[in-house]
Amino acid sequence: MFDTAFGFLYQFGDACAFLVLCAAGLAVIFGMMGVINLAHGEFIMCGAYVTSAAARAGVPLGFAIACGALAAGLAGVVLERLIIHRLYERPLDTIVATWGISLIVSQGTLIVLGPSMGAVGTPFGSVVVGGYSYSVYRFVLMAAAALILLALYVLFTRTRFGELARATIQVPHMAQALGINTGLIYTATFGIGAALAGATGGLYAPTMTLVPTMGSQFIIEAFVTVVVGGGDVFLGTAPAGVFLGFIKATMTTWEGQLAGQIGLLVAVIIVIRVLPRGVSGLLLRERA
Amino acid sequence: MGARGGMLHRLEGPQTLGRGRWFWLGFAIAVALACAYPLFEDDYTVGNTIYFFNWVFMALGLCLIWGYGGMLSFGQTALFGISGYGYGIFVLNFGPDHGFTLIAALVAVAAAALFAAAIGYFLFWGRIGGVFLGIVTLSVTLVLERFMAQTAGPEWHVGTARLNGFNGMSGMAPLTIPWPGDDIVLSPDVPLYYVVLGLLVLAYLGLRILVNSSFGNVLVAIRENPQRATMLGYDIRRYQLAAFAIGGAFAGLSGVLYTSWGQYITPSSMGLTAASLPVVWVAVGGRSDLTTTLVGTLLVIGAFQALTVYGSQYALVAMGVLLVLTVLAAPQGLVMAAARLVTRRRP
Repeated sequence: MFDTAFGFLYQFGDACAFLVLCAAGLAVIFGMMGVINLAHGEFIMCGAYVTSAAARAGVPLGFAIACGALAAGLAGVVLERLIIHRLYERPLDTIVATWGISLIVSQGTLIVLGPSMGAVGTPFGSVVVGGYSYSVYRFVLMAAAALILLALYVLFTRTRFGELARATIQVPHMAQALGINTGLIYTATFGIGAALAGATGGLYAPTMTLVPTMGSQFIIEAFVTVVVGGGDVFLGTAPAGVFLGFIKATMTTWEGQLAGQIGLLVAVIIVIRVLPRGVSGLLLRERA
Repeated sequence: MGARGGMLHRLEGPQTLGRGRWFWLGFAIAVALACAYPLFEDDYTVGNTIYFFNWVFMALGLCLIWGYGGMLSFGQTALFGISGYGYGIFVLNFGPDHGFTLIAALVAVAAAALFAAAIGYFLFWGRIGGVFLGIVTLSVTLVLERFMAQTAGPEWHVGTARLNGFNGMSGMAPLTIPWPGDDIVLSPDVPLYYVVLGLLVLAYLGLRILVNSSFGNVLVAIRENPQRATMLGYDIRRYQLAAFAIGGAFAGLSGVLYTSWGQYITPSSMGLTAASLPVVWVAVGGRSDLTTTLVGTLLVIGAFQALTVYGSQYALVAMGVLLVLTVLAAPQGLVMAAARLVTRRRP
């Protein structure tokens, strides 16, 4: 009984961590600018590739992941300055443009670096609980998801940057009139979102095969979490991660990985029928 | 003359570019050239041209959904796949005789339209629009691809048709027209060329009538301002759902024609890369008009085909660059921008 319960909790925690990590970067960008970044998967791939390259060059894994996040974040800043910031008036066109970027990056990586990238082994080994063995690294991932949510909370509520960012979200023109450089805030937020995606890639790099199209393994989960969650990372992404994590873990335990994804999708399609503004819309309306 | 004037009146309107005697003269010349084309080319090239034409239906459907309805959908390839697999399953089970392939084609297109309507019900009745519509339809497409890719085992079959996972289904008979004496098998050859060309002309003219009808005008009103359209008393959900289903049926038609053309369909025809291509064609051509979409789609597919000689990954990078440049420099589409230039010069 305890074994089964522990096994399910492990699955549940793993699924939640995956959903939250996948979606955090996308949700930060969406919540700030109303832009869905379809190149999200490619930022994850970028983070994973840089992490793997650094780790294989002898950098300790923690620092390697930081390198991956930094690289993806810088790529995000460059991209925002070059392309995205011209398109804020046209959110649908941003989807199309980031989609084009995603195509360029994934196929470009295939051309330049070939069909696969050397992997890093999963660290920390495993523990045995009641006859089943569990990878310790998965617990690290759960902790990382919680830590990233906490860090974002502190960043957006306790710092000067967070204050300016929230002012910009609420009334962009007023924020600008009060002397906030909103363009800079947008660029920084996009960079943070991209860096979070890079960190996700780095964190999951030791657990999967690295191929140029690996981003597509993350984006379904990222999309559905953001759709269910809505535009707020704390009131949206986190509860959506828990809710969808439960569905995913149940379906995965029952029928396997694909059933988990199908279950997520069906859940999302039903949820949008009931809660068009997502969980955060529901919570915010109740608070108001 | 009076009857033709009446028909022209329904083909023309505020929602389509190109009107008057000169446009239709040009249209007639283009159709005549297309009809004469097989006389000057060998069978292989003609078969390849049919392949180009197969995709245009899907693009026209996306043009209706996205360009006229303002609903960016990445789901066209999912419907393409559903219809292609549907056709394959039906034909492998019932065989090509007695006109069954034509029934199969109808069933498959209807299946695509129904699936689109089912998804559309949840999306539009949940009042989902804008960017969320795009990512939900994309998720549906990707999950469907993954589902089909894992159906390799013998337990995945419908009747006698194995789904075959990643390798896809093959060996279904092409479309066959029952004919007294000898059935006409539409293999990628001159007869199929004329059938697909005829369908294409019909689809183009039919959609022109549709978008210039009151339905089309309401659809554009919804694109321009959903709230205003609601206030004017239109139930915008019905219009969006109808446009989504009709566009889906066109994607389904592409799926049937493609499957019948190559006697082959795989899950990768619904994958991430495949889903991006219709968006590129329609965006580059000019999504807000049927004619620019038609021309743009043929041009971009032609260019893509030419570039694939150097490797499909290079062609895809070029498509991505083209898409980004179009969005930045000519958001209305390159063909549309060119058309504007030409018409502005004319007195």
